[in-house]
Amino acid sequence: MPSPFRGGMFGPVPWPNLALPPRTPDVIWPAMATAPIKNIRNFSIVAHIDHGKSTLADRLIQLTGAMSEREMVGREQVLDSMDIERERGITIKAQTVRLAYRADDGETYVLNLIDTPGHVDFAYEVNRSLAACEGSLLVVDASQGVEAQTLANVYHALDAGHEIVPVLNKVDLPAAEPDKVKQQIEDVIGLDAHDALMISAKTGLGIHEVLEAIVTRLPPPKGDRAATLKALLVDSWYDAYLGVVVLVRIVDGVLKKGQRIRMMGTGASYEVDRVGTFSPKLTPAEELGPGEIGFLTASIKEVADTRVGDTITDDRKPIEHMLPGFKPAIPVVFCGLFPVDAAQFEDLRAAMGKLRLNDASFSYEMETSAALGFGFRCGFLGLLHLEIIQERLEREFNLDLIATAPSVIYKIKLRSGDELQIHNPVDMPDPMAVLEIEEPWIEATILTPDEYLGSVLKLCQDRRGNQKELTYVGNRAMVKYDLPLNEVVFDFYDRLKSVSKGYASFDYHLTDYHAADLVKMQILVNAEPVDALSMLVHRTRAEGRGRAMCEKLKELIPPHMFQVPIQAAIGGKIIARETVRAFRKDVTAKCYGGDVTRKRKLLDKQKEGKKRMRQFGKVDIPQEAFIAALKVDV
Amino acid sequence: MFVAMSESPAFGVYIHWPFCLSKCPYCDFNSHVRRGGIDEERFAAAVAAEIAATAARIPGRTVDTIFFGGGTPSLMKPQTVGAILDAIGRHWTIAPAAEINLEANPTSVEATRFAGYRAAGVNRVSLGVQALDDPALKNLGRTHTADEALAAIAIARKNFERYSFDLIYARPGQTVAAWRAELARAIAEAAEHLSLYQLTIEPETPFYALHEAGKLVIPDDDAGRALFDATQEECARAGLPAYEVSNHARTGAECRHNLVYWRYGEYAGIGPGAHGRLLIDRVRHATATEKNPEQWLARVETHGHGLVVDDALTRDEQADEFLLMGLRLTEGIDPARFQALSGRPLDPGRVADLLGVGFVEKTRDKHLRVTPAGFPILDAVVADLAA
Repeated sequence: MPSPFRGGMFGPVPWPNLALPPRTPDVIWPAMATAPIKNIRNFSIVAHIDHGKSTLADRLIQLTGAMSEREMVGREQVLDSMDIERERGITIKAQTVRLAYRADDGETYVLNLIDTPGHVDFAYEVNRSLAACEGSLLVVDASQGVEAQTLANVYHALDAGHEIVPVLNKVDLPAAEPDKVKQQIEDVIGLDAHDALMISAKTGLGIHEVLEAIVTRLPPPKGDRAATLKALLVDSWYDAYLGVVVLVRIVDGVLKKGQRIRMMGTGASYEVDRVGTFSPKLTPAEELGPGEIGFLTASIKEVADTRVGDTITDDRKPIEHMLPGFKPAIPVVFCGLFPVDAAQFEDLRAAMGKLRLNDASFSYEMETSAALGFGFRCGFLGLLHLEIIQERLEREFNLDLIATAPSVIYKIKLRSGDELQIHNPVDMPDPMAVLEIEEPWIEATILTPDEYLGSVLKLCQDRRGNQKELTYVGNRAMVKYDLPLNEVVFDFYDRLKSVSKGYASFDYHLTDYHAADLVKMQILVNAEPVDALSMLVHRTRAEGRGRAMCEKLKELIPPHMFQVPIQAAIGGKIIARETVRAFRKDVTAKCYGGDVTRKRKLLDKQKEGKKRMRQFGKVDIPQEAFIAALKVDV
Repeated sequence: MFVAMSESPAFGVYIHWPFCLSKCPYCDFNSHVRRGGIDEERFAAAVAAEIAATAARIPGRTVDTIFFGGGTPSLMKPQTVGAILDAIGRHWTIAPAAEINLEANPTSVEATRFAGYRAAGVNRVSLGVQALDDPALKNLGRTHTADEALAAIAIARKNFERYSFDLIYARPGQTVAAWRAELARAIAEAAEHLSLYQLTIEPETPFYALHEAGKLVIPDDDAGRALFDATQEECARAGLPAYEVSNHARTGAECRHNLVYWRYGEYAGIGPGAHGRLLIDRVRHATATEKNPEQWLARVETHGHGLVVDDALTRDEQADEFLLMGLRLTEGIDPARFQALSGRPLDPGRVADLLGVGFVEKTRDKHLRVTPAGFPILDAVVADLAA
């Protein structure tokens, strides 16, 4: 049966599901009784990938009866509605469910769980989700311990003023070391963990205690029902039938159907069509009062018209001050995306338009490349965001894509006194006109088992990092490094995983810009620069990377009828060179008995192979060569 | 359509005789070993029936060339060959100067039939000598010795005004010097024509499995190239220049039947697993018959023919085939005929690039031909022009 989560009725379906027939909103569930504010608990779950956040959420939903057993069957991780989310164990969009829980004290509570995105790329979204709650469950795997990402998110939660309940998951596993992990929570995070809950989300052990702790240990929200409407825009997504659905947290006042609201950040005003809560299906309600988390629809056409973190108020008597922390989403990582088959360009444009409907943080504009033809220059919140978008384009829209080297935003000071920002090496001005180039830096936090520390440190040093801090927690080391972002966007995360056998965890935030000796390195194939392979790189790193890229290309460009030189160059200076050898012999010896059909079929195969290549001048470059050249490990 | 006016007028008939006494481990042709023997008359009658059925589709042709290939056609009795030639003559007109070829194994037994073949009408034989070195012959799975082959060549010389023989080179471990010496001996035995094929590892042959397992090592591309270059040099010096990638002849002594293929003419394919290109109502059809001899026989006896493929070719397909075949010849192709077949000219940019690197050249009669530098990489040149 089609899942209610994919049909557009459940909130966080982040794009229209085109495969399903049209559905009318008749599956909206009847309203749940509203609760007094003292009986509301808004909470999120902070956890590392695989530590059991989604499974715990499943159990809470199950135990409070928000979904029937039948609905739960075969639906692990009900809150992760995208395939990619489920596969990677990450949450991309905020997801919400409202649970009714009859506690041991005899009262019925409304528990609103916001499942937050759990990755550094979405730190801002995480912050806004946390700002909508008063408390968090900190879920830590009792055998794995605290990871870098957990750390970052728990700090965000503390910053948001959360009450935090530590929960040790998977205590039933033989490798569980709850005492050690409790100590670690106290040492690393500075949280009192003596009354941490011991659970197994998988078996259901301790789930009742979790519900009781939410009710007894987390505070209820505060808010003034009589005040003017003040609400936080937590997230939004596009629904094919309802238009844009906005996830809101009411701070003060009441939100009602028919009310005229104003988005303070954008200044736009709308009339509210519907309000309601998440069961997790969209469930209409008469109103949303202070402390409530729910949704509104207001005939908003595009997600781009709503800004995560914006403040919603009454259009007729707006409040004066916005809620703090509002920031427009700014892409920090860029790359070009080109269709492998030039005929798919229009399909790519349409697919990007559809993704953008739901993800305003992703930007794109048309770009032309001599090597790759027509494509788009795209901006992303981070590397994971880039990968997710690329994967969704390929998977959901059946496109084959070539991605160019990821780039960051460089600030360039010209001798003329002008300043410009570029994120495409193609836009790099003449080096003679450049006074200085600045690049963005990050502060990275890495947690790793100590046997991999040496390799991790070497990786950071190789990537021009400056060590700021090195501490031990048991047998795990925590290092902090200042790193140039352009070294991180280039394969850093994969390398980190590889040198630590997957055990190191990583988190970062942008700090500031510093001047750097950056040069534009070009790759020349048959003496012509391939724009898609050029990049800005630190002078000290250029030669090594240039050589590695040339070697990789030599491996992957098939022999041609003539020798093909492959060079890396800075300006006019060649810093590395390889040669793809020419065919020596490529001729069918015997063409027998008039069977031309077989030869023609072989020729057709050859033609097919050529189609998968990019014709660049007189050289055919396979698409894998572009991808592999950009992934070389230097 | 401009097809008819631009066609080469020669018409050839290919007869496939699919039986062998043993399978050679490099061979991927349609050949079958039947230890219990076969009903030769019955097969010959089916061949005659298929000739009749084909002639009904393309009546009125004058047959310029006939080729008995295999398999091992020299396992046929001379009267079987005669019966088949009679059938061809009943349904079409055989040109007075027609070239009538038969492939033969150079064993002493088969050589005894040469006079009979000559009497039946065969005027050219092609002997599968393959090597003039006994250990090499053994490795290639051949059942004859070098001396036996030389004796068969002598008998062929006595019986036929024209004969040719095949050698396989670029064999495992073969050096350029050893090949030059072997080739020199072959040239001394040759009259007007030699076919010299580089050993190719074909899928689904015993050699393929050995090669995959690393137990059969053949010369790499560089060594293969050196052997190819040496072959061109030796043959040219002896007055047997290449007229096709692997075929060498004195001027005027080319195999006319094979030229029908390479010039992309019209030919009928008769017998199990035979291919044809027939012009029916000015449309070129690609035909192929059932490969398995007994199933082919059953089909012919039931339906009058063994066709399993009969496809009208598109213009693009014809254009590709024309390039694939025509560029194998040193005479090259007429670009006007390419345009007539495909409806578009050859890509001028690609032609210019290939001219620039010297892999093709234009002749005085405006033909486009592959140069000696281009022949060793012909497949890439064709792929470039066809893409």
